[in-house]
Amino acid sequence: MSNVNLTFPNVQIREIRINSITGYQGSAHGLVNASACGLKDSDRGFSQCLGCATSKAACMTILIQDGAVISHGPVGCSSCLHEFAFTYRVNSHLRDVPKVTQRRIFSTNLTEKDTIYGGAVKLTAAIRDVKERVNPNAIFVLTTCAAGIIGDDVENVCDEAAEEIGIPVVAIFCEGFRSKVWTTGFDAAYHGIARKLIEKPRTRRADIINVINFWGSDVFRDWFAPFGAEPNYITPYSTVDGLRRAGESAATVQACSTLGSYLGAVLEQDFGVPEIPAAPPYGIAQTDRWFRALGKLLGKEGVAEDVIKEKRIRYLPKITEIREKLKGRRAYVTAGAAHGHALLDVLGELGMEAIGAAIFHHDAKYDSGRTENDQLAQRVSDYGNVPNFNVCNKQEFELVNTLNRLRPDVLLARHGGMTLWGAKLGIPAMLVGDEHYSMGYEGLINYGESLIETIENDEFVKNLEKHAVNPYTKWWLAQAPYTFLQGGASE
Amino acid sequence: MSKSGLIEQGRYTCAIGALQSVVAIPRAVPILHAGPGCGDMISGFFERSTGYAGGSTSPCTNFSEKEVVFGGIDRLRKIIANTYKVLDTDLQVVLTGCTAGIVGDDVDSLAEEFREQGRPIVSVETAGFKASNFEAHSLVVNAIIDQYVDGVDGEWRSEPSTVNLLASIPYQDPFWKGNLIEYKRLLAGIGLKANILFGPFSDGVAEWQSIPKANFNVFASPWYGLPIADNLKRKYGQPFYHYPHIPIGANQTEAFLNGVIAFALENGAKIDESAARAFIKRESGAFYEEIDNLATFLLEFRYGLPNHVHILHDAGYVSALSAFLLHETGIVPKEQFVTDNTPLKFQEQIRANIAATSNKRKIPVYFEPDAGAAQGIIRKLTHSGRGLIIGSGWDKELAEEKGYDFLSAAPPTPYRLVMAANYAGFTGGLRVIEDIYHNVLGTYK
Repeated sequence: MSNVNLTFPNVQIREIRINSITGYQGSAHGLVNASACGLKDSDRGFSQCLGCATSKAACMTILIQDGAVISHGPVGCSSCLHEFAFTYRVNSHLRDVPKVTQRRIFSTNLTEKDTIYGGAVKLTAAIRDVKERVNPNAIFVLTTCAAGIIGDDVENVCDEAAEEIGIPVVAIFCEGFRSKVWTTGFDAAYHGIARKLIEKPRTRRADIINVINFWGSDVFRDWFAPFGAEPNYITPYSTVDGLRRAGESAATVQACSTLGSYLGAVLEQDFGVPEIPAAPPYGIAQTDRWFRALGKLLGKEGVAEDVIKEKRIRYLPKITEIREKLKGRRAYVTAGAAHGHALLDVLGELGMEAIGAAIFHHDAKYDSGRTENDQLAQRVSDYGNVPNFNVCNKQEFELVNTLNRLRPDVLLARHGGMTLWGAKLGIPAMLVGDEHYSMGYEGLINYGESLIETIENDEFVKNLEKHAVNPYTKWWLAQAPYTFLQGGASE
Repeated sequence: MSKSGLIEQGRYTCAIGALQSVVAIPRAVPILHAGPGCGDMISGFFERSTGYAGGSTSPCTNFSEKEVVFGGIDRLRKIIANTYKVLDTDLQVVLTGCTAGIVGDDVDSLAEEFREQGRPIVSVETAGFKASNFEAHSLVVNAIIDQYVDGVDGEWRSEPSTVNLLASIPYQDPFWKGNLIEYKRLLAGIGLKANILFGPFSDGVAEWQSIPKANFNVFASPWYGLPIADNLKRKYGQPFYHYPHIPIGANQTEAFLNGVIAFALENGAKIDESAARAFIKRESGAFYEEIDNLATFLLEFRYGLPNHVHILHDAGYVSALSAFLLHETGIVPKEQFVTDNTPLKFQEQIRANIAATSNKRKIPVYFEPDAGAAQGIIRKLTHSGRGLIIGSGWDKELAEEKGYDFLSAAPPTPYRLVMAANYAGFTGGLRVIEDIYHNVLGTYK
């Protein structure tokens, strides 16, 4: 049964929709098996600050070139969003944005009085003010915990405002407390965009392929060229008009299945855009499968074979050289779900030993329901099992405990704040922000070279280790890392 | 301010942002009874602000639907109990978010339970909709004073030459760390020992415990922090010397220190007045040696320098920088923007202070927490000569649009890395000058 239902204003949360969990200890193989039978989530008796859905919904809307974003809540609920204004500016050259404009980010600044009398009137006035000040092509309204609990009818306010001011006003329901899986915020943004912006296709454009991604480099342009197609990156750096027409594309691919699971399924099920039946192209085995799946989808199987052949000739010798240098090195990965699996693919392909992983959450399946999209299952079958595979919900105390035990040669991280503990323990650590950096044959070389450099240049972390302050107790570092995990799936 | 009261480009954050005041106390830990994203929003706002146990280290109940419906007090009890097992800390401060605030969990009674077991724990209500972090800083500090700093009666004001310093708000003032060190050095120079309470050059909870022993308090701020000075006066009978903003450069730092000396003598502090005046003279001399050199550059550089400035900052920095730049650097302050959401009752005094900066020119001051609106005003202004904008990272694009020079000096400040630099004091003034002209000269390629 499909989990996509655009008639409701709220997206169904991940825990219910695709059986996502935030705690697990065991191995990758064990988790893949357990996922097939349905997962039960666990709880923790100790927990540290997470992230929430609202900032995830924010990044998928703030980076739309010609929109404006209103956070409907107290002023603090938009405090970190300046980071996306920075991202938009400094990465815009990667996407040839014709005119880099200021990001317009607002807060309705809910105060105590509003929590008593409601904030709907304030929101209506804010939408009018934003229209007048910015004149955007669409306004995105993000909800927050306070707005959610006091029960403002944000959907209704946005619909009435849209009618009045003549541009789409998209309500996005991303209150932090609704879901334990913060990536629900991506789904919430996409749900709102699909309901209010994406139009039913009047035509099918064989030369356009949707790419659901963040703000990484433009690698898909070269990759699609032999197939006679070009990428339509969504939603960062897209335009309101580009989003309206996303339903006309020939296909959809994703840079990260955690990110794009829902939008890929929506585009397929409600707008007839087929999603590529393959996990994103990390590692040679998966890259080949991905190009073949793309070729098949576009009816250009021959082109896919030519592309693969050409890439092998061009890149394999260098990859072999890198493998020699990295052989036997022990690595540990911490990242959000699917991108963590992708990094484990890359490690497998480079001949490194993945000695463990702390993955923020786990989606038992993706919204497409296709097993071909399960990157972790592919990883296990392509390169073998990963021991010490844990779903950690970004809990630093567990990561510190584990790293202290395993002492890998290198720590790979995807989210801010997580590399510090590698460095404090004297473990070289690396964070790559560009999600496309390690993709495909080229990516193995990029990432491999960065790994060699990171492992080689360890003087800084070795010095920091000697002086680092550690707030964790000796007692805690002597306990098993998952002491506070209660119930749920494990091996 | 716009009709709706909306805020574009937040330059401060909500009440729970005052968790950073806990992070700034050596070996203290904030415990958040809040939604899952609150801590992330605050660390994202300030950046590089983890300290000993902030950021991803801080315990949090991460409110879910279950806690919203049934209350989260049991979960909080468990998290606090396990905090003692997992983290090695000297002081724990529980801060509530909007979720806990609306649901109405009785966090104070829970903290009391742990205090009865001898734990150094404090609770404070910081629901985001209740206050800004400028205001909540006082709530947090007063909660620690009321619930943790337990002054023994006979010891009140027992150290005549010790003062508590109430000045920079940690992290909201990007230069807080350097400023507090400089205040401490300056006050030591005139013979006073200062409890600065925050940062690596404070003595952590031991210093907090000695708060009641101080003879008086030094309060350098236009408005934020006043409830702390009032609380200490009420509680321990400590009077306070009030300087209306951060002192930047020689004129202000001399006035500040001379004021403190007079106040100290009135209150029986044992300081050597002539040694104190000699200290000020020497510091001032060193400052003017640099201004001598600067004057040649300012007067002779023939390729263009900024001649006027718009500042978007909190009331303390707007007051201090506009006066400093006018009199000690020769950059004329034009329209100024106070973005800290100053309560109405303090605005008149702040306006009067800024007006007193000059007896021959008017400096228009806007109190505008909606910094997007402030930018809208600046967009429409034209003044002759080369302009300078001092503000937050949000203003970089505006400066580019207008072809102005730009100095990032207010949060959020993603285009600048500040560690322990100070803007307060004589040396702080020199640093402001260095920063401005470093950027200006950087435009010559």
